[in-house]
Amino acid sequence: MANYKIRKIKDRFMCILVWLALLMALIPLFSILGEVVLKGASSINVNFLTQPTPTVGEAGGGVANAMQGTVLAVGLASLIGVPIGLMSGIFLSEYSETKLSPAVRFFNDVLNGFPSIVIGIFGYTIIVLSIGFSVMAAAFALAIIMIPIVTRTTEEALKLVPATVREAAIALGVPRWKTIVSVVLSGAKKGIATGILLSLARIAGESAPVLVTMGYWRWWFAGLDKPVANLALNIYIFAISPFENWQTLAWGSALVLVTLILGISVIVRIFTQEKY
Amino acid sequence: MFSPYKFEIESLNAWFGSKHVLKNINMKIKEKAVTAVIGPSGCGKTTFIRCLNRMHEIVPGAKVSGRVLFNGIDIYNEDVDPVQIRRKMGMVFQKPNPFPMMSIYDNVAAGLKLNGIKDKEKLDSVVERSLKLAILWDEVKDDLNKSGASLSGGQQQRLCIARALAVEPEVMLMDEPCSALDPIATAKIETLIRMLAEDYTVVIVTHNMQQAARVSDFTAFLYLGELIEFGPTKEIFENPKSELTEKYITGEFG
Repeated sequence: MANYKIRKIKDRFMCILVWLALLMALIPLFSILGEVVLKGASSINVNFLTQPTPTVGEAGGGVANAMQGTVLAVGLASLIGVPIGLMSGIFLSEYSETKLSPAVRFFNDVLNGFPSIVIGIFGYTIIVLSIGFSVMAAAFALAIIMIPIVTRTTEEALKLVPATVREAAIALGVPRWKTIVSVVLSGAKKGIATGILLSLARIAGESAPVLVTMGYWRWWFAGLDKPVANLALNIYIFAISPFENWQTLAWGSALVLVTLILGISVIVRIFTQEKY
Repeated sequence: MFSPYKFEIESLNAWFGSKHVLKNINMKIKEKAVTAVIGPSGCGKTTFIRCLNRMHEIVPGAKVSGRVLFNGIDIYNEDVDPVQIRRKMGMVFQKPNPFPMMSIYDNVAAGLKLNGIKDKEKLDSVVERSLKLAILWDEVKDDLNKSGASLSGGQQQRLCIARALAVEPEVMLMDEPCSALDPIATAKIETLIRMLAEDYTVVIVTHNMQQAARVSDFTAFLYLGELIEFGPTKEIFENPKSELTEKYITGEFG
Protein backbone atom coordinates (compact mmCIF):
# COMPACT_ATOMS: atom_id res chain seq x y z
CA MET A 1 0.00 0.00 0.00
CA ALA A 2 2.73 2.41 0.99
CA ASN A 3 4.51 1.52 -2.16
CA TYR A 4 1.50 2.52 -4.21
CA LYS A 5 1.31 5.89 -2.48
CA ILE A 6 4.95 6.62 -3.18
CA ARG A 7 4.44 5.63 -6.79
CA LYS A 8 1.47 7.97 -7.02
CA ILE A 9 3.47 10.87 -5.62
CA LYS A 10 6.31 10.14 -8.05
CA ASP A 11 3.80 10.04 -10.88
CA ARG A 12 2.40 13.46 -9.89
CA PHE A 13 5.88 14.91 -9.58
CA MET A 14 6.99 13.70 -13.00
CA CYS A 15 3.73 14.90 -14.49
CA ILE A 16 4.31 18.41 -13.18
CA LEU A 17 7.89 18.36 -14.49
CA VAL A 18 6.69 17.38 -17.95
CA TRP A 19 4.09 20.16 -17.98
CA LEU A 20 6.71 22.69 -16.87
CA ALA A 21 9.03 21.59 -19.66
CA LEU A 22 6.24 21.96 -22.18
CA LEU A 23 5.50 25.45 -20.88
CA MET A 24 9.16 26.43 -21.14
CA ALA A 25 9.16 25.30 -24.76
CA LEU A 26 5.94 27.11 -25.59
CA ILE A 27 6.76 30.47 -23.96
CA PRO A 28 9.44 31.51 -26.47
CA LEU A 29 7.36 30.22 -29.40
CA PHE A 30 4.29 32.21 -28.45
CA SER A 31 6.13 35.31 -27.34
CA ILE A 32 7.91 35.46 -30.70
CA LEU A 33 4.69 34.83 -32.57
CA GLY A 34 2.84 37.38 -30.43
CA GLU A 35 5.49 40.05 -30.87
CA VAL A 36 5.65 39.54 -34.64
CA VAL A 37 1.88 39.64 -34.98
CA LEU A 38 1.44 42.67 -32.69
CA LYS A 39 4.17 44.76 -34.26
CA GLY A 40 3.73 43.48 -37.79
CA ALA A 41 -0.03 43.65 -38.06
CA SER A 42 -0.10 47.45 -37.93
CA SER A 43 2.08 47.71 -41.04
CA ILE A 44 0.02 45.26 -43.09
CA ASN A 45 -2.27 46.99 -45.57
CA VAL A 46 -3.00 46.90 -49.29
CA ASN A 47 -0.03 49.12 -50.12
CA PHE A 48 2.29 46.97 -48.06
CA LEU A 49 1.27 43.86 -49.97
CA THR A 50 1.29 45.42 -53.45
CA GLN A 51 4.08 48.05 -53.45
CA PRO A 52 7.81 47.45 -53.81
CA THR A 53 10.47 48.66 -51.37
CA PRO A 54 10.40 52.46 -50.87
CA THR A 55 13.51 54.55 -51.42
CA VAL A 56 15.24 56.15 -48.46
CA GLY A 57 13.06 58.80 -46.90
CA GLU A 58 10.03 57.89 -48.99
CA ALA A 59 6.90 57.11 -46.97
CA GLY A 60 4.76 54.00 -47.48
CA GLY A 61 5.96 51.27 -49.80
CA GLY A 62 5.77 47.56 -49.23
CA VAL A 63 7.28 44.14 -49.63
CA ALA A 64 5.53 42.87 -52.77
CA ASN A 65 8.85 42.63 -54.60
CA ALA A 66 10.35 40.66 -51.70
CA MET A 67 7.44 38.24 -51.72
CA GLN A 68 7.90 37.80 -55.45
CA GLY A 69 11.64 37.30 -54.94
CA THR A 70 11.31 34.77 -52.14
CA VAL A 71 8.76 32.71 -54.05
CA LEU A 72 10.99 32.84 -57.12
CA ALA A 73 14.19 31.87 -55.32
CA VAL A 74 12.48 29.07 -53.38
CA GLY A 75 10.72 27.84 -56.53
CA LEU A 76 13.94 27.77 -58.56
CA ALA A 77 15.78 26.08 -55.70
CA SER A 78 13.17 23.33 -55.51
CA LEU A 79 13.38 22.77 -59.28
CA ILE A 80 16.99 21.72 -58.62
CA GLY A 81 16.74 20.36 -55.09
CA VAL A 82 13.55 18.27 -55.20
CA PRO A 83 14.47 15.94 -58.08
CA ILE A 84 18.00 15.38 -56.79
CA GLY A 85 16.86 14.84 -53.20
CA LEU A 86 14.02 12.58 -54.26
CA MET A 87 16.23 10.39 -56.39
CA SER A 88 18.96 10.20 -53.75
CA GLY A 89 16.32 9.14 -51.24
CA ILE A 90 15.04 6.45 -53.59
CA PHE A 91 18.60 5.26 -54.16
CA LEU A 92 19.32 5.03 -50.42
CA SER A 93 16.11 3.21 -49.59
CA GLU A 94 15.61 0.93 -52.60
CA TYR A 95 19.17 0.17 -53.64
CA SER A 96 20.69 -0.04 -50.18
CA GLU A 97 22.49 -3.29 -51.04
CA THR A 98 25.16 -1.33 -52.95
CA LYS A 99 28.37 -0.51 -51.14
CA LEU A 100 27.95 3.15 -52.08
CA SER A 101 24.85 3.66 -49.91
CA PRO A 102 26.46 3.97 -46.46
CA ALA A 103 28.89 6.56 -47.85
CA VAL A 104 26.11 8.52 -49.55
CA ARG A 105 24.02 8.42 -46.38
CA PHE A 106 26.98 9.61 -44.26
CA PHE A 107 27.89 12.53 -46.52
CA ASN A 108 24.24 13.47 -46.84
CA ASP A 109 24.04 13.75 -43.05
CA VAL A 110 27.24 15.79 -43.00
CA LEU A 111 25.78 18.12 -45.62
CA ASN A 112 22.63 18.44 -43.54
CA GLY A 113 24.70 19.70 -40.64
CA PHE A 114 26.72 22.21 -42.68
CA PRO A 115 26.37 25.86 -41.62
CA SER A 116 24.28 27.54 -44.31
CA ILE A 117 26.76 30.39 -44.66
CA VAL A 118 29.40 27.88 -45.80
CA ILE A 119 27.01 26.63 -48.46
CA GLY A 120 26.46 30.26 -49.42
CA ILE A 121 30.19 30.81 -49.87
CA PHE A 122 30.33 27.65 -51.97
CA GLY A 123 27.58 29.08 -54.18
CA TYR A 124 29.55 32.29 -54.36
CA THR A 125 32.72 30.63 -55.65
CA ILE A 126 30.86 28.35 -58.08
CA ILE A 127 28.25 30.70 -59.56
CA VAL A 128 28.70 34.28 -58.42
CA LEU A 129 32.32 34.46 -59.56
CA SER A 130 31.28 33.48 -63.09
CA ILE A 131 27.90 35.14 -63.63
CA GLY A 132 27.65 37.58 -60.75
CA PHE A 133 25.22 38.04 -57.87
CA SER A 134 21.97 36.59 -59.10
CA VAL A 135 18.81 34.71 -58.20
CA MET A 136 20.35 31.69 -59.93
CA ALA A 137 23.28 31.67 -57.53
CA ALA A 138 20.90 31.98 -54.57
CA ALA A 139 18.68 29.19 -55.88
CA PHE A 140 21.76 27.00 -56.29
CA ALA A 141 22.85 27.57 -52.67
CA LEU A 142 19.30 27.07 -51.34
CA ALA A 143 18.96 23.87 -53.38
CA ILE A 144 22.07 22.48 -51.70
CA ILE A 145 20.47 23.18 -48.32
CA MET A 146 17.31 21.42 -49.49
CA ILE A 147 18.87 18.27 -50.91
CA PRO A 148 19.92 16.54 -47.66
CA ILE A 149 16.53 17.27 -46.04
CA VAL A 150 14.55 15.91 -48.97
CA THR A 151 16.90 12.92 -49.30
CA ARG A 152 16.60 11.98 -45.66
CA THR A 153 12.83 12.34 -45.38
CA THR A 154 12.28 10.51 -48.68
CA GLU A 155 14.47 7.63 -47.52
CA GLU A 156 12.63 7.41 -44.20
CA ALA A 157 9.21 7.59 -45.87
CA LEU A 158 10.11 4.86 -48.35
CA LYS A 159 11.45 2.61 -45.62
CA LEU A 160 8.06 2.76 -43.90
CA VAL A 161 6.48 1.02 -46.89
CA PRO A 162 6.48 -2.66 -45.84
CA ALA A 163 8.80 -5.03 -47.71
CA THR A 164 5.82 -7.35 -48.20
CA VAL A 165 4.15 -4.73 -50.41
CA ARG A 166 7.24 -4.55 -52.63
CA GLU A 167 7.33 -8.35 -52.81
CA ALA A 168 3.66 -8.47 -53.76
CA ALA A 169 4.32 -6.24 -56.76
CA ILE A 170 7.48 -8.05 -57.80
CA ALA A 171 5.69 -11.40 -57.56
CA LEU A 172 3.01 -10.01 -59.92
CA GLY A 173 5.71 -9.67 -62.55
CA VAL A 174 6.09 -5.92 -62.20
CA PRO A 175 9.67 -4.78 -62.98
CA ARG A 176 11.59 -3.32 -60.08
CA TRP A 177 11.66 0.28 -61.33
CA LYS A 178 7.93 0.20 -61.92
CA THR A 179 7.34 -1.30 -58.49
CA ILE A 180 9.21 1.63 -57.00
CA VAL A 181 7.49 4.28 -59.12
CA SER A 182 3.90 3.06 -58.89
CA VAL A 183 3.61 1.09 -55.68
CA VAL A 184 6.33 2.19 -53.26
CA LEU A 185 6.29 5.92 -54.07
CA SER A 186 2.50 6.09 -53.92
CA GLY A 187 2.58 4.43 -50.51
CA ALA A 188 5.09 6.99 -49.28
CA LYS A 189 3.81 10.12 -50.99
CA LYS A 190 2.54 11.73 -47.80
CA GLY A 191 5.89 11.39 -46.08
CA ILE A 192 7.72 12.62 -49.14
CA ALA A 193 5.41 15.64 -49.55
CA THR A 194 5.96 16.47 -45.88
CA GLY A 195 9.72 16.38 -46.36
CA ILE A 196 9.62 18.62 -49.41
CA LEU A 197 7.34 21.18 -47.76
CA LEU A 198 9.48 21.25 -44.62
CA SER A 199 12.57 21.87 -46.71
CA LEU A 200 10.71 24.70 -48.51
CA ALA A 201 9.88 26.27 -45.16
CA ARG A 202 13.48 25.96 -44.12
CA ILE A 203 14.96 27.68 -47.19
CA ALA A 204 12.27 30.37 -47.30
CA GLY A 205 13.66 31.63 -44.01
CA GLU A 206 17.38 31.37 -44.88
CA SER A 207 19.21 34.70 -45.02
CA ALA A 208 22.96 34.11 -44.77
CA PRO A 209 23.42 32.10 -48.00
CA VAL A 210 21.10 34.53 -49.81
CA LEU A 211 23.19 37.48 -48.66
CA VAL A 212 26.44 36.11 -50.11
CA THR A 213 24.94 34.83 -53.38
CA MET A 214 22.70 37.67 -54.48
CA GLY A 215 22.90 40.39 -51.87
CA TYR A 216 20.28 43.03 -51.30
CA TRP A 217 18.01 44.15 -54.12
CA ARG A 218 15.25 46.77 -53.81
CA TRP A 219 13.56 46.32 -57.17
CA TRP A 220 11.33 43.83 -58.91
CA PHE A 221 12.59 40.72 -60.68
CA ALA A 222 14.84 41.81 -63.54
CA GLY A 223 16.19 38.56 -64.99
CA LEU A 224 17.65 35.29 -63.76
CA ASP A 225 21.18 36.71 -63.88
CA LYS A 226 20.15 39.57 -61.56
CA PRO A 227 19.31 39.39 -57.87
CA VAL A 228 15.75 39.50 -56.58
CA ALA A 229 14.43 40.97 -53.34
CA ASN A 230 14.03 38.59 -50.41
CA LEU A 231 11.83 38.61 -47.30
CA ALA A 232 14.46 37.29 -44.92
CA LEU A 233 17.02 39.80 -46.13
CA ASN A 234 14.43 42.58 -45.90
CA ILE A 235 14.12 41.90 -42.21
CA TYR A 236 17.87 42.16 -41.75
CA ILE A 237 18.38 45.29 -43.84
CA PHE A 238 15.24 47.12 -42.67
CA ALA A 239 15.67 46.29 -39.00
CA ILE A 240 19.19 47.72 -38.75
CA SER A 241 18.31 50.83 -40.77
CA PRO A 242 17.82 54.12 -38.92
CA PHE A 243 14.56 54.94 -40.71
CA GLU A 244 11.35 54.39 -38.81
CA ASN A 245 9.38 53.55 -41.94
CA TRP A 246 11.87 50.79 -42.80
CA GLN A 247 11.75 49.40 -39.28
CA THR A 248 7.98 49.05 -39.57
CA LEU A 249 8.51 47.29 -42.87
CA ALA A 250 10.89 44.87 -41.12
CA TRP A 251 8.15 43.81 -38.71
CA GLY A 252 5.71 43.49 -41.57
CA SER A 253 8.17 41.34 -43.53
CA ALA A 254 8.67 39.15 -40.48
CA LEU A 255 4.93 38.64 -40.20
CA VAL A 256 4.61 37.75 -43.90
CA LEU A 257 7.52 35.32 -43.66
CA VAL A 258 6.19 33.65 -40.50
CA THR A 259 2.74 33.40 -42.09
CA LEU A 260 4.26 31.84 -45.19
CA ILE A 261 6.11 29.22 -43.12
CA LEU A 262 3.06 28.57 -40.94
CA GLY A 263 1.02 28.20 -44.11
CA ILE A 264 3.44 25.59 -45.40
CA SER A 265 3.21 23.71 -42.09
CA VAL A 266 -0.58 23.75 -42.31
CA ILE A 267 -0.40 22.35 -45.84
CA VAL A 268 1.87 19.62 -44.45
CA ARG A 269 -0.78 18.82 -41.87
CA ILE A 270 -3.53 18.58 -44.47
CA PHE A 271 -1.33 16.38 -46.67
CA THR A 272 -0.55 13.99 -43.86
CA GLN A 273 -4.16 13.37 -42.94
CA GLU A 274 -5.29 9.81 -43.57
CA LYS A 275 -7.25 9.31 -46.74
CA TYR A 276 -8.94 6.13 -45.63
CA MET B 1 7.00 -32.74 -75.81
CA PHE B 2 4.21 -33.44 -73.38
CA SER B 3 5.01 -33.70 -69.74
CA PRO B 4 2.46 -34.15 -66.94
CA TYR B 5 4.82 -32.15 -64.74
CA LYS B 6 4.63 -28.37 -64.36
CA PHE B 7 7.90 -28.20 -62.46
CA GLU B 8 10.88 -30.52 -62.59
CA ILE B 9 13.34 -29.57 -59.90
CA GLU B 10 16.84 -30.93 -60.25
CA SER B 11 19.50 -30.70 -57.53
CA LEU B 12 18.23 -27.37 -56.25
CA ASN B 13 20.40 -25.71 -53.61
CA ALA B 14 19.79 -22.35 -51.98
CA TRP B 15 21.76 -20.16 -49.62
CA PHE B 16 21.30 -17.02 -47.55
CA GLY B 17 24.83 -15.69 -47.36
CA SER B 18 26.82 -18.68 -46.11
CA LYS B 19 23.78 -20.45 -44.67
CA HIS B 20 22.83 -23.46 -46.78
CA VAL B 21 19.04 -23.57 -46.53
CA LEU B 22 18.06 -25.99 -49.31
CA LYS B 23 20.15 -29.07 -49.96
CA ASN B 24 20.00 -30.89 -53.24
CA ILE B 25 16.24 -31.01 -53.77
CA ASN B 26 14.91 -33.23 -56.58
CA MET B 27 11.18 -33.21 -57.14
CA LYS B 28 8.56 -33.20 -59.87
CA ILE B 29 5.37 -31.19 -59.38
CA LYS B 30 2.31 -32.36 -61.26
CA GLU B 31 0.12 -30.11 -63.36
CA LYS B 32 -3.39 -29.20 -62.12
CA ALA B 33 -2.88 -30.72 -58.71
CA VAL B 34 -2.21 -29.40 -55.23
CA THR B 35 1.25 -30.09 -53.87
CA ALA B 36 1.79 -29.32 -50.19
CA VAL B 37 5.19 -28.63 -48.68
CA ILE B 38 5.32 -29.40 -44.96
CA GLY B 39 8.03 -29.40 -42.33
CA PRO B 40 9.01 -27.72 -39.08
CA SER B 41 9.83 -24.00 -38.93
CA GLY B 42 13.12 -23.10 -40.55
CA CYS B 43 13.29 -26.22 -42.72
CA GLY B 44 13.35 -24.21 -45.95
CA LYS B 45 9.70 -24.50 -47.04
CA THR B 46 9.34 -20.81 -47.81
CA THR B 47 12.72 -20.63 -49.51
CA PHE B 48 11.73 -23.62 -51.64
CA ILE B 49 8.54 -22.03 -52.90
CA ARG B 50 10.34 -18.73 -53.51
CA CYS B 51 12.87 -20.52 -55.69
CA LEU B 52 10.05 -21.56 -58.02
CA ASN B 53 9.31 -18.01 -59.19
CA ARG B 54 12.77 -16.53 -58.63
CA MET B 55 11.68 -14.49 -55.61
CA HIS B 56 14.50 -15.95 -53.50
CA GLU B 57 17.16 -13.96 -55.34
CA ILE B 58 15.66 -10.53 -54.58
CA VAL B 59 16.93 -10.80 -51.00
CA PRO B 60 20.50 -9.45 -50.78
CA GLY B 61 23.01 -12.25 -50.29
CA ALA B 62 20.69 -15.00 -51.53
CA LYS B 63 22.08 -17.60 -53.94
CA VAL B 64 20.63 -20.51 -55.91
CA SER B 65 22.12 -23.42 -57.86
CA GLY B 66 20.56 -26.30 -59.73
CA ARG B 67 17.76 -26.39 -62.27
CA VAL B 68 14.06 -25.64 -62.06
CA LEU B 69 12.29 -26.68 -65.26
CA PHE B 70 9.00 -24.86 -65.74
CA ASN B 71 7.05 -26.27 -68.73
CA GLY B 72 10.35 -27.89 -69.67
CA ILE B 73 12.38 -24.66 -69.63
CA ASP B 74 15.01 -23.94 -66.99
CA ILE B 75 13.94 -20.70 -65.32
CA TYR B 76 17.49 -20.15 -64.04
CA ASN B 77 18.87 -20.14 -67.57
CA GLU B 78 20.73 -16.90 -68.31
CA ASP B 79 18.37 -15.89 -71.12
CA VAL B 80 15.26 -16.16 -68.96
CA ASP B 81 13.79 -12.88 -67.70
CA PRO B 82 12.63 -13.37 -64.09
CA VAL B 83 9.89 -10.76 -64.60
CA GLN B 84 8.32 -12.88 -67.36
CA ILE B 85 8.52 -15.99 -65.15
CA ARG B 86 6.81 -14.23 -62.25
CA ARG B 87 3.96 -13.11 -64.50
CA LYS B 88 3.12 -16.76 -65.12
CA MET B 89 2.90 -17.57 -61.43
CA GLY B 90 0.65 -16.03 -58.84
CA MET B 91 2.03 -15.80 -55.33
CA VAL B 92 0.13 -15.50 -52.07
CA PHE B 93 2.07 -14.59 -48.97
CA GLN B 94 1.93 -15.55 -45.33
CA LYS B 95 0.48 -12.24 -44.23
CA PRO B 96 -2.17 -10.62 -46.42
CA ASN B 97 -0.39 -7.76 -48.20
CA PRO B 98 -2.86 -5.72 -50.27
CA PHE B 99 -1.42 -2.49 -51.66
CA PRO B 100 -2.32 -0.03 -48.88
CA MET B 101 -2.92 3.07 -51.00
CA MET B 102 -5.16 1.31 -53.50
CA SER B 103 -8.86 0.53 -53.59
CA ILE B 104 -10.16 -3.03 -53.77
CA TYR B 105 -10.67 -2.62 -57.51
CA ASP B 106 -7.18 -1.24 -58.08
CA ASN B 107 -5.63 -4.00 -55.99
CA VAL B 108 -7.10 -6.66 -58.22
CA ALA B 109 -6.35 -4.70 -61.39
CA ALA B 110 -2.81 -3.81 -60.25
CA GLY B 111 -1.02 -6.61 -62.10
CA LEU B 112 -2.64 -5.63 -65.39
CA LYS B 113 -2.55 -1.88 -64.89
CA LEU B 114 1.12 -1.84 -63.87
CA ASN B 115 1.91 -3.86 -66.97
CA GLY B 116 0.24 -1.28 -69.18
CA ILE B 117 -3.30 -2.54 -69.75
CA LYS B 118 -5.71 0.42 -69.67
CA ASP B 119 -8.85 -0.88 -71.41
CA LYS B 120 -11.56 -0.15 -68.83
CA GLU B 121 -13.94 -2.85 -70.03
CA LYS B 122 -11.26 -5.51 -69.95
CA LEU B 123 -10.17 -4.42 -66.47
CA ASP B 124 -13.78 -4.43 -65.20
CA SER B 125 -14.37 -7.94 -66.44
CA VAL B 126 -11.04 -9.24 -65.08
CA VAL B 127 -11.69 -7.69 -61.67
CA GLU B 128 -15.14 -9.24 -61.49
CA ARG B 129 -13.96 -12.65 -62.71
CA SER B 130 -10.99 -12.73 -60.32
CA LEU B 131 -13.02 -11.64 -57.31
CA LYS B 132 -15.65 -14.30 -58.14
CA LEU B 133 -12.94 -16.94 -58.48
CA ALA B 134 -11.59 -15.90 -55.09
CA ILE B 135 -15.14 -16.12 -53.64
CA LEU B 136 -14.98 -12.50 -52.56
CA TRP B 137 -17.20 -10.80 -55.15
CA ASP B 138 -20.46 -11.00 -53.21
CA GLU B 139 -18.87 -9.46 -50.13
CA VAL B 140 -17.21 -6.49 -51.85
CA LYS B 141 -19.11 -5.81 -55.09
CA ASP B 142 -20.67 -2.63 -53.66
CA ASP B 143 -17.45 -1.37 -52.07
CA LEU B 144 -14.96 -1.70 -54.90
CA ASN B 145 -13.68 1.83 -54.30
CA LYS B 146 -12.97 1.27 -50.63
CA SER B 147 -9.41 0.72 -49.44
CA GLY B 148 -8.19 -2.86 -49.61
CA ALA B 149 -6.84 -2.38 -46.10
CA SER B 150 -10.39 -1.85 -44.77
CA LEU B 151 -11.25 -5.54 -45.24
CA SER B 152 -10.92 -8.23 -42.59
CA GLY B 153 -7.81 -10.43 -42.55
CA GLY B 154 -9.52 -13.33 -44.31
CA GLN B 155 -11.03 -11.04 -46.92
CA GLN B 156 -7.67 -9.37 -47.46
CA GLN B 157 -6.09 -12.75 -48.12
CA ARG B 158 -8.79 -13.60 -50.67
CA LEU B 159 -8.24 -10.16 -52.19
CA CYS B 160 -4.55 -11.08 -52.55
CA ILE B 161 -5.56 -14.36 -54.19
CA ALA B 162 -7.84 -12.44 -56.58
CA ARG B 163 -4.96 -10.08 -57.33
CA ALA B 164 -2.72 -13.02 -58.16
CA LEU B 165 -5.41 -14.69 -60.31
CA ALA B 166 -6.07 -11.51 -62.28
CA VAL B 167 -2.89 -11.85 -64.33
CA GLU B 168 -4.05 -15.34 -65.42
CA PRO B 169 -1.12 -17.31 -64.06
CA GLU B 170 -0.54 -21.00 -64.73
CA VAL B 171 0.60 -21.68 -61.21
CA MET B 172 -0.46 -20.49 -57.75
CA LEU B 173 2.30 -20.45 -55.15
CA MET B 174 0.93 -20.08 -51.64
CA ASP B 175 3.19 -19.48 -48.67
CA GLU B 176 1.26 -20.43 -45.53
CA PRO B 177 -1.77 -18.50 -46.77
CA CYS B 178 -3.86 -19.30 -43.71
CA SER B 179 -1.36 -18.84 -40.90
CA ALA B 180 -2.76 -15.42 -39.99
CA LEU B 181 -6.43 -16.41 -40.34
CA ASP B 182 -9.15 -17.83 -38.11
CA PRO B 183 -10.68 -21.29 -38.75
CA ILE B 184 -13.67 -19.97 -40.72
CA ALA B 185 -11.53 -17.88 -43.05
CA THR B 186 -9.14 -20.83 -43.32
CA ALA B 187 -11.97 -23.15 -44.39
CA LYS B 188 -12.98 -20.69 -47.10
CA ILE B 189 -9.47 -20.51 -48.47
CA GLU B 190 -9.12 -24.29 -48.40
CA THR B 191 -12.32 -24.69 -50.44
CA LEU B 192 -10.90 -22.13 -52.83
CA ILE B 193 -7.63 -24.03 -53.17
CA ARG B 194 -9.48 -27.23 -54.12
CA MET B 195 -11.45 -25.30 -56.75
CA LEU B 196 -8.32 -23.66 -58.14
CA ALA B 197 -6.67 -27.05 -58.59
CA GLU B 198 -9.08 -27.80 -61.44
CA ASP B 199 -7.40 -25.20 -63.63
CA TYR B 200 -4.16 -24.32 -61.93
CA THR B 201 -1.12 -26.01 -60.52
CA VAL B 202 -1.06 -25.12 -56.83
CA VAL B 203 1.95 -25.37 -54.55
CA ILE B 204 1.16 -24.60 -50.93
CA VAL B 205 3.51 -24.29 -47.99
CA THR B 206 1.90 -25.08 -44.67
CA HIS B 207 2.94 -25.99 -41.19
CA ASN B 208 -0.55 -27.26 -40.51
CA MET B 209 -0.51 -31.00 -41.27
CA GLN B 210 -4.28 -31.36 -41.19
CA GLN B 211 -4.43 -28.68 -43.83
CA ALA B 212 -1.95 -30.53 -46.02
CA ALA B 213 -3.99 -33.71 -45.59
CA ARG B 214 -7.23 -31.91 -46.45
CA VAL B 215 -6.23 -29.93 -49.51
CA SER B 216 -3.30 -31.59 -51.22
CA ASP B 217 -2.84 -34.40 -53.71
CA PHE B 218 0.89 -34.66 -53.11
CA THR B 219 2.97 -33.85 -50.07
CA ALA B 220 6.65 -33.08 -49.71
CA PHE B 221 8.24 -33.25 -46.28
CA LEU B 222 11.28 -31.03 -45.79
CA TYR B 223 13.55 -31.25 -42.80
CA LEU B 224 16.65 -29.09 -42.22
CA GLY B 225 16.78 -28.16 -45.88
CA GLU B 226 16.52 -31.71 -47.19
CA LEU B 227 13.63 -33.37 -48.96
CA ILE B 228 12.92 -36.35 -46.70
CA GLU B 229 9.91 -37.75 -48.44
CA PHE B 230 7.68 -36.90 -51.37
CA GLY B 231 4.65 -38.73 -52.69
CA PRO B 232 0.85 -38.86 -52.83
CA THR B 233 -0.59 -37.24 -49.72
CA LYS B 234 -2.50 -40.36 -48.77
CA GLU B 235 0.67 -42.44 -48.71
CA ILE B 236 2.68 -39.87 -46.82
CA PHE B 237 0.08 -39.63 -44.09
CA GLU B 238 -1.04 -43.26 -43.90
CA ASN B 239 2.08 -45.12 -44.76
CA PRO B 240 5.19 -42.94 -44.54
CA LYS B 241 8.39 -44.62 -45.67
CA SER B 242 10.70 -42.53 -43.54
CA GLU B 243 10.74 -42.78 -39.78
CA LEU B 244 11.35 -39.03 -39.61
CA THR B 245 8.19 -38.30 -41.60
CA GLU B 246 6.18 -40.56 -39.35
CA LYS B 247 7.52 -38.87 -36.25
CA TYR B 248 6.72 -35.44 -37.66
CA ILE B 249 3.17 -36.18 -38.76
CA THR B 250 2.34 -37.93 -35.52
CA GLY B 251 3.51 -34.84 -33.69
CA GLU B 252 6.57 -36.26 -31.96
CA PHE B 253 8.57 -33.19 -32.97
CA GLY B 254 8.16 -30.04 -35.01
